[in-house]
Amino acid sequence: MVFVFSLFWTICFLHGEPALGKTDSVTNIFGPLSQPAQEIKETSLLVLAVCAVIFVVVGGLLLYTLVRFRHRAGDEASEPPQVYGSNQIELAWTVLPILIVLVLILVTSRTIADIQNRKPPSGSVHATVVGHQWWWEIRYPELGIVTANELHVPASTGSNRQPTFLKLQSADVAHSFWVPQLAGKTDLIPNRENTMWIEPTNPGTYLGNCAEYCGTQHARMLIRVIVQSPDEFERWVRDQQQAISITTSAAEGRRSFFANSCVNCHSIRGTSAQGKFGPDLTHLMSRETLASGVVPNTTENLRLWVRDPQKIKLGCLMPNMQMSDREVDQILAYLQTLK
Amino acid sequence: MATQEIALPKVKEPDVSIIERLHGLVMTVDHKKLGLMYIGTALIFLVVAGLMAVAIRLQLVIPTNTLLEPDVFNRFFTMHGTSMVFLVGMPIIAGFGNYLVPLMIGARDMAFPRLNAFGYWMFLFGGLLLYFSYLGAPGLAGHGSAPDVGWFAYAPLTERAFSRGHSTDYWILSLLLTSVGSTVSAINVIVTAITLRCPGMKLMRMPLLVWLMLVTNFMTVLALPALSAAQIMLLIDRYLGGHFFDTQAGGSAVIWQHFFWIFGHPEVYILMIPAFACLSEVVPVFSRKPIFGYPVMVGATAMIGLISVSVWAHHMFSVGMTSVGNTFFAISTFMVAVPTGIKIFNWLGTMYGGRIRFDLPMLFCIAFLFQFLVAGLTGVMLAVAPLNWQLTDSYFVVAHFHYTLVGGFLFGIFAGFYYWYPKAVGRMLDRRLGLWHFWLFVIGFHVTFDTMHFSGILGMPRRIFTYDAGRGWDTLNLVTTLGAFCQAVSILLLAINIVRSAGKGKLAGNDPWDAWTLEWTTSSPPPEYNFATIPVVRCRRPLWDLKHPEDPDWKYE
Repeated sequence: MVFVFSLFWTICFLHGEPALGKTDSVTNIFGPLSQPAQEIKETSLLVLAVCAVIFVVVGGLLLYTLVRFRHRAGDEASEPPQVYGSNQIELAWTVLPILIVLVLILVTSRTIADIQNRKPPSGSVHATVVGHQWWWEIRYPELGIVTANELHVPASTGSNRQPTFLKLQSADVAHSFWVPQLAGKTDLIPNRENTMWIEPTNPGTYLGNCAEYCGTQHARMLIRVIVQSPDEFERWVRDQQQAISITTSAAEGRRSFFANSCVNCHSIRGTSAQGKFGPDLTHLMSRETLASGVVPNTTENLRLWVRDPQKIKLGCLMPNMQMSDREVDQILAYLQTLK
Repeated sequence: MATQEIALPKVKEPDVSIIERLHGLVMTVDHKKLGLMYIGTALIFLVVAGLMAVAIRLQLVIPTNTLLEPDVFNRFFTMHGTSMVFLVGMPIIAGFGNYLVPLMIGARDMAFPRLNAFGYWMFLFGGLLLYFSYLGAPGLAGHGSAPDVGWFAYAPLTERAFSRGHSTDYWILSLLLTSVGSTVSAINVIVTAITLRCPGMKLMRMPLLVWLMLVTNFMTVLALPALSAAQIMLLIDRYLGGHFFDTQAGGSAVIWQHFFWIFGHPEVYILMIPAFACLSEVVPVFSRKPIFGYPVMVGATAMIGLISVSVWAHHMFSVGMTSVGNTFFAISTFMVAVPTGIKIFNWLGTMYGGRIRFDLPMLFCIAFLFQFLVAGLTGVMLAVAPLNWQLTDSYFVVAHFHYTLVGGFLFGIFAGFYYWYPKAVGRMLDRRLGLWHFWLFVIGFHVTFDTMHFSGILGMPRRIFTYDAGRGWDTLNLVTTLGAFCQAVSILLLAINIVRSAGKGKLAGNDPWDAWTLEWTTSSPPPEYNFATIPVVRCRRPLWDLKHPEDPDWKYE
């Protein structure tokens, strides 16, 4: 009972307010702001309606039977008429569900084919997402950009349709890419390439999680998709494509960074740092968050992270490098030049 | 007449010390003792794994809680899931099958009594081995303790590169042992039901419970080898340099998922069908009518068994199958809804026109019907592959399968438990405590699992040890946790009731519910040999004919 009432509540109130997701980061699957999440919602509403009708009818029959045929005082003496079954009735309640199922099969097949067999139109953005324990590597092979944890995509407008097609891979174990308001989830499986696509229309930040259990910090492998107007996206692409400018301001930190083992895991484009285990740091300061969405990218958090990542994300694969406060400050200063 | 009520003279039991009693339990090959041992052990594991669930809920009660460390949390949900399926569900059905099948078909024991005992001890030691991992698994410093790979242990997280220490080995080996136990117990039930039926009991005169146990155990024999094979391959990967699931050396992560769910989905029905079996015995007796459409019920069960081996990949809609593959598994999953619906309608048909007595077993059945209806409908929603892409691996799925396995399986088993407890113990369970247990459990169940649907719809993935505030999950999780405590209290009341009623309960007599199947002809508890003389039956409800010679069943069948 509770179930049905609440179901109505969710559908009636939440799906009517798509803006909700943007303002306070509620990722309701019934508040989609992109294809194919929109199409999934429409199919779902039909399925929900069918299920609700079945629930009301069968539940109602059950309730009626319980009340109408309850044991009453004085019934002890005799037993009710013994009925063993009826072929006609059995046939009826076999055929009826088959017909309902047939409708559901048709609707489902059409939606599956529609979403899965979509071909990228010209002008689509292509990106590759690689799952790592416990962060996301994001590459734009055609644009020459490598970044992490925050997927930037252009908003698709009526005149200028720009869906984003994703290739999904994994560097270690299985992960799953799920941003509920944009699309259903697709797994990132090692040794295999999956694909999915999104076509958001409203600029904003969309939250999501890794949805396949992938080890210790599965809970904090968060993804954010930043949808920008086409112009803003162009600007972001240009910024990301720029090589880093070598400044003299943080020379000590720079030396420290390259002298320590940071470079074994991290890359900075145009330098000798070419590690592949950790996120690319070329434009670190352009990101909103650290540690795959765990904390905002502020000076204080970055300092904490450089000193001891385990304090922020226990079990993550970046070790505490046991650096002195001075070294931490120097490296921090250097990282902050990576704009 | 077909059967005769057997009045046995009271035999004074000799005084035996507790040591001798325990020794007796170790040595026994009696199907009734083994059945009760299965159920008793399963209930203990239910409490242990239930307490883990309470710890999980405590960690999730508020956002960014730091009560449990991530690894501790991950071990808890892995052990909770593994225990509930392999150390609670499977032994409970083995227990019910063991205890009831011989009694209901008029046999003196199972076909292979010693194999039966062997099965129980395999299960027990498998279970103990799984829990011993807490002490025995640490390998390299800081790695190990209990398994933390989730109950379906997706590759390659289980490979040595990602799961160091021995925790995954404990998971593999302990489940291999319990699988041996489950398999021999399944073979035993099948052979017993086929060969040891009393004179006159044709297959189509077997009580429905026996039919359903037959189907479910066939499925066990069919499905479990897939899991065992995969686990052995994983062991080869881990210790003999194999690369079945080792993706870094060209292995396949998806193959593990196929193997696991070829076992895993039939497993769900292996658990559900015995719950259906309990309903199929309890609903008729408390509606005072025979089961509606007996042959259709048998056929629908067989259909569920058949179709359920072709639906496994609906657990894998997000894994990247082709649209054709996804469509196939969506269709086969929808098909299961048809025979399942038929079963619900037949129970409804049984109640319709009856005189429904609201005793405790029936109350659990009624709750089952409503809850299983919802579980079935959310199952239909999940079969819609596109919707599944949104909902799989979210709390919606957690809600769905707890609706099935708690709201369905456990409620059905509780119905059976309240129904046959008087037979097994000789005394009735206390009704007042039972009502408290029932209502608290119903309320706790709905508070916990109804809310989980909405956390899932709002995008909360399963198996996360923490979440940030502000995503709309805070209140829902708080409510879910409150419900878990409500359930815990109700299980405590059940435990008190079981212990208290065993000593002080009202004496049950042979046939406290005015029922119709053979187990109610013998004393409560039945003697070791079950029946002084082997009964002879002429219909599905031998006791009905005995009580109503003017309107006997055999005339209509």
